[in-house]
Amino acid sequence: MSSRYAMVIDTAKCVGCMDCVVACKTENNVPEGYNRDWIVQDVRGTWPTLHMEIRSERCNQCDEPPCVETCPTGASHVHDRGGVVLVTKELCVGCKACIAACPYDARFIHPDGYADKCTFCIHRVEQGLDPACVAVCPTRCMTFGDINDPNSQVAKLLTSRKWHTLKAEAGTKPSVYYLT
Amino acid sequence: MTTLSRRKFLKISGATVAASAVATSGCSLGNSGAGTKESGIRTVATYCDLCFWKCGAIATVKDGRLWKIEGNPLDPLSRGRLCPRGTGGVGAHFDPDRLRTPLLRRKNRGDEEWVAVTWDEALGTIAEKMQKIKAEYGPEAIALFSHGIGGNFLKHTLKAFGTPNITAPSFAQCRGPRDVGFRLTFGEDVSSPERTDIRNAKCLVLIGSHLGENMHNTQVQEFAEAVGNGASVIVVDPRFSVAASKAKHYLPIKPGTDLALILAWMNVLVQEGLYDKDYVDQYGFGFDHFAASISTATPEWAYIETGIDPDVIRETAREMARYRPATLVHPGRHVTWYGDDAQRSRAIALLNALIGSWGRKGGFYTPQSMDVPAYPYPPYPKPLKEKVDNPGHRYPFAHETITTGIREATITGMPYPIKGWFTYATNLLHALPNDQETIRAMQNLDLMVVVDVIPSETAGWADVVLPESVYLERHDDLNVEWFREPFVAIRQPVVASPHDQKPGWWIALQLANKLGLEAYFPWKNAEEYLEKRVTAAGLSWDELKEKGIIRGQHQPIYYSEGVPAEFPTPSGKIEFSSPQLAQAGFDPVPRYTRPTQGPEGSFRLLFGRAPVHSFSRTQSNPILADMMDTNEVWVNANAAARLDIADGQYVRLRNQDGVVSNRVRVKATERIRPDCVYLVHGFGHTARGLRRPFGKGASDAQLVTRSAVDPLMGGTGMNVNFVTIEPAEDNHA
Amino acid sequence: MIDPVLHAWGWEIPVYLFLGGMVAGFMIISGYFTLKGHHKHSDFSSFYLPHISLFFLSAGMFALFLDLEYKVHVWRFYTTFKFTSPMSWGAWILLVVYPMLLLNTLVSIPKSFRNRISIFDRISDVINRYPALVKNIGAANMVVGAVLGMYTGVLLSALAARPLWNSAMLWILFLTSGLSSAAALVHLISPDKTEREVSAKADNGFLIFELLVIVLFLVGLVTSTRAHKQAADLLLTGPYAPVFWGFVILAGIVLPLIIQLLAVNHKIRHTPVAPLFVIAGGLLLRFVIVAAGQASVIP
Ligand SMILES: Nc1nc2c(c(=O)[nH]1)N[C@H]1C(S)=C(S)[C@@H](COP(=O)(O)OP(=O)(O)OC[C@H]3O[C@@H](n4cnc5c(=O)[nH]c(N)nc54)[C@H](O)[C@@H]3O)O[C@H]1N2
Ligand SMILES: Nc1nc2c(c(=O)[nH]1)N[C@H]1C(S)=C(S)[C@@H](COP(=O)(O)OP(=O)(O)OC[C@H]3O[C@@H](n4cnc5c(=O)[nH]c(N)nc54)[C@H](O)[C@@H]3O)O[C@H]1N2
Ligand code: SF4
Ligand code: SF4
Ligand code: SF4
Ligand code: SF4
Ligand code: SF4
Ligand SMILES: [Mo]
Repeated sequence: MSSRYAMVIDTAKCVGCMDCVVACKTENNVPEGYNRDWIVQDVRGTWPTLHMEIRSERCNQCDEPPCVETCPTGASHVHDRGGVVLVTKELCVGCKACIAACPYDARFIHPDGYADKCTFCIHRVEQGLDPACVAVCPTRCMTFGDINDPNSQVAKLLTSRKWHTLKAEAGTKPSVYYLT
Repeated sequence: MTTLSRRKFLKISGATVAASAVATSGCSLGNSGAGTKESGIRTVATYCDLCFWKCGAIATVKDGRLWKIEGNPLDPLSRGRLCPRGTGGVGAHFDPDRLRTPLLRRKNRGDEEWVAVTWDEALGTIAEKMQKIKAEYGPEAIALFSHGIGGNFLKHTLKAFGTPNITAPSFAQCRGPRDVGFRLTFGEDVSSPERTDIRNAKCLVLIGSHLGENMHNTQVQEFAEAVGNGASVIVVDPRFSVAASKAKHYLPIKPGTDLALILAWMNVLVQEGLYDKDYVDQYGFGFDHFAASISTATPEWAYIETGIDPDVIRETAREMARYRPATLVHPGRHVTWYGDDAQRSRAIALLNALIGSWGRKGGFYTPQSMDVPAYPYPPYPKPLKEKVDNPGHRYPFAHETITTGIREATITGMPYPIKGWFTYATNLLHALPNDQETIRAMQNLDLMVVVDVIPSETAGWADVVLPESVYLERHDDLNVEWFREPFVAIRQPVVASPHDQKPGWWIALQLANKLGLEAYFPWKNAEEYLEKRVTAAGLSWDELKEKGIIRGQHQPIYYSEGVPAEFPTPSGKIEFSSPQLAQAGFDPVPRYTRPTQGPEGSFRLLFGRAPVHSFSRTQSNPILADMMDTNEVWVNANAAARLDIADGQYVRLRNQDGVVSNRVRVKATERIRPDCVYLVHGFGHTARGLRRPFGKGASDAQLVTRSAVDPLMGGTGMNVNFVTIEPAEDNHA
Repeated sequence: MIDPVLHAWGWEIPVYLFLGGMVAGFMIISGYFTLKGHHKHSDFSSFYLPHISLFFLSAGMFALFLDLEYKVHVWRFYTTFKFTSPMSWGAWILLVVYPMLLLNTLVSIPKSFRNRISIFDRISDVINRYPALVKNIGAANMVVGAVLGMYTGVLLSALAARPLWNSAMLWILFLTSGLSSAAALVHLISPDKTEREVSAKADNGFLIFELLVIVLFLVGLVTSTRAHKQAADLLLTGPYAPVFWGFVILAGIVLPLIIQLLAVNHKIRHTPVAPLFVIAGGLLLRFVIVAAGQASVIP
């Protein structure tokens, strides 16, 4: 079976420190005012009986990516390795259809005019490294790997722990999983 | 409830760009190594300086431009991962608000009007004034406030000059009470990095330590590890901190009443016989007196003070006993809260002693260090006068110098005058309580020198401002750390300084030359100094330069591994009841007193850390400011509704002494008690040169006009201020 | 308080959709008249109207162009055809629309425009030699117009991420609205009495039908998932309700409908007020739907 990259994030450990956001920023030269990943603090209950889930969010690298479907030029495409959704900036006209199509608001227009978003740091992954955010996370709550490989850490985590994806009802089949 | 929406986030970030575009216009972003036509990738191992943890790091330069900083995998502190501030350290180099050249004051102190001068002129002026002060008042009349390892060289110059008055806010404004409380109990400090074995703890008690927001790297990593291993976490905090969200038991305590809770916990452990009897019998001193003293501190009694249900107190005490000795009651770090802090810290030490965690796995390990000799300098001249900060040992247990003591002496001239201040890497106007008092002291000076990297508030009051190179552009002293395992680390330049900034060692050396202290600087540059120390330790200088870190032999760190259980207290034991304290007229066993309450309708002002900032030093860092460019005042959602204040609305805070803050947005949240409000420390900058952060958010420091002084050691408890909330007149969204 | 909205699209896209929709209406109307041989009596519908269409369409495309963040790459639309992308369909449909409009203008070139560009005259003569061809041009204009009109709705309704747009009624709504705006403009400016009468009557039909479609559109959303219901609430009671009810429904449909019904039945004289309101309503409809759609999220 071909590879399918995925990220599994343990919300029990994530402290919302934003290190993943900072690391992405420097690694990928994400311009000031824009981010490829971000933190959500989901607070429920009333003081003092509270529950908080902290999530590091980014493009979900959907298996059925509406952003790719809707892109008129083929700039947004599925990479042949790991099913990663990427944007070829030379093809992008900046029409923003992909932004409107993404249920996760994961995309933005780079000041240079093209649609940009998380790449799963494919440039690092192809060198055998973890994505920058995964590699930096001080709580080690993020795991990256090939979910189609049953021996991978990500596959094992998903069989051993409870998890959820974001907006599953959007039907895009996200590849970022949150352990609870 | 309030979820930070991605959309909101984008919008907020958008606003940042607009504002910063204005701030940076007309000044070139520091292009590192300007002029050099370097290409390709190169890495340099060094250690981080965004806080005092000193994590090992590897910086990458791409085509001559600083690209990124990552953790050094060899480093036991960072284990290859920096915290967000360390990762964002790149921004320190690129910060457009950086100081560029030495500056001389042109108008009145505090006017922030300068002329740019050469280093020679600046240092010449300083040396001349120092000699004058020395002639008139003696060398002791010069004080140095220096925070962090970078100050070592300047300290050296000033010790050679002959002053004993060298201090940092890390004692009386931070961890001092903790170290005193633990010294009085175990005879030793917790030190920094803390000797806490969080990684192996099966039960972890955090009393206000907000790990996850407080990003001391190793601590956070180990905290996550413990959580991942299913450790039972108990968090005591008036605010539902990030750590609280990971806790099995969250105790939303009434601020300032922790000592009552700790006494009650100990009461339960003793009453129910759950404590480690063998440990206490073997190592304890004065246990019976201790047990008798806490016998009235029942959970029911503590409930009235703390608001914590007696059943919860019992249950959590039993939880601690269940996992002992792998139960760690974290000693905290910034513990200058209410003035009873050394005694509260002592109570924490005693609670750990009851559990038997000191010296045990999952409790407190015994740190190890590498043997690296100091540089063989000539001996310093012996000061003729004793330190000025603690006359008559008014605070008998202060084992370090008290910043506020020096400030007081500067104002009163007693016990002797202080006429010159140097500050190195400390922003006193944000760090010490009562900024007006600090200004009063500075107005009494003949010489005020600030060594900084950005134009801080304190720099605004200087006569001479010296721009230092940031840590990525300089050598500093070796980091010979006391930790789980011995190691030595080096800080070395990665890129060149973009303007006329100079490293601390160079400044110290040049100043020494001007003062005729050449004999104390037998080396030409820091590299020579470092190499000598490293080789004297029998280590390879080339290896250290290349790897950044050399690790020593692993050594035993627990009693069970053969570390001798030694307690350098007068009794040689763990002092449950302290004769030292009794002798000095204090309670030999901690006793609770109720904290003073604020005026009706006011909120107690609490403050703490945000993961992406360090104190008041990172708000102009473009990368970290992009993560968080202002603070918000946390107000309980119900309390806000009662005051008719909406989430996101701008307000001002007015304290009990009429001081009014900058305008700041309200974060109406369930995550805090209704009787207090919370600010992230370090925002609300008023220095004009800090163009990016100027006026953004509210400064807790400005509102801390009062402090409760710890009678044991002179620490300044700062959680004793109260504020009311008023809508800001210009209340635009 | 609602969240600030991620506005991927500003004013340009609604303007583009509106102009595109109106051109679609024009094509259907002018195609209809051509099909019916009406060009023999009047120059307006088969010559001037396609010209106006060319102008409107170009203006709409210019708005789209303005919205592109990477303008120098605009030609990338035409280096591929993406079957799943309505935006791609749109780009290619436009390539068919232009020749269709051109052909329609050549069905009858008014005297004053004769003898200017001889090739056009010659083509026009050839076309007119084959009545079936003329009819086909009319029919083709109607078909292409309908596709264009539908496309303006499908562009949005294909975006499942925005629940408000996620309705099969949207393309019918935009097509109808395009027709009503187009009919209103013909009613407003055609010098030909028949054309005016026919389009006023037709417009009444379109408006009634549009109301029905809006009701079905909203009922569909309200009876669907929570996200869809919340999306409908943005229009029904939420921040967009005043514009939606006041301007789109009342001033843009109901009021002109009443006026035009009275006029058609000769109770009052025709007034330019009604068609102007219809056109403005059509424009606002696009603005409201685009803006509220971007504000609607899957929770
Ligand atoms: N109100 C209030 N007061 C507090 C605290 C609080 O939370 N609230 N916290 C207390 C605690 S725990 C502590 S440890 C202290 C911290 O107190 P400080 O150490 O004084 O911390 P900062 O406010 O960050 O000031 C540091 C200064 O050093 C400068 N600096 C940074 N890097 C360099 C460098 O490389 N070289 C030089 N020369 N200068 C540099 C910065 O620009 C800044 O002006 O504050 C204490 N005071
Ligand atoms: N990101 C980041 N991390 C840092 C620093 C930084 O600047 N930035 N600074 C470092 C330094 S030097 C220090 S000293 C530490 C300080 O960090 P810590 O020692 O962990 O914490 P404090 O600043 O003392 O306290 C802040 C917490 O105490 C809670 N609190 C306030 N009043 C009370 C009370 O009465 N009782 C209890 N139980 N809790 C209370 C507050 O709600 C808040 O959660 O952080 C270190 N880590
Ligand atoms: S770096 Fe790790 S712990 Fe920090 S916010 Fe990101 S995922 Fe969470
Ligand atoms: S999250 Fe959004 S951008 Fe990423 S693949 Fe899915 S739809 Fe596309
Ligand atoms: S903005 Fe670029 S990537 Fe997105 S849909 Fe348009 S052309 Fe494709
Ligand atoms: S995988 Fe790479 S691009 Fe994606 S969020 Fe992480 S660091 Fe950024
Ligand atoms: S804890 Fe963070 S800021 Fe402090 S030294 Fe380590 S990486 Fe740097
Ligand atoms: Mo501190």
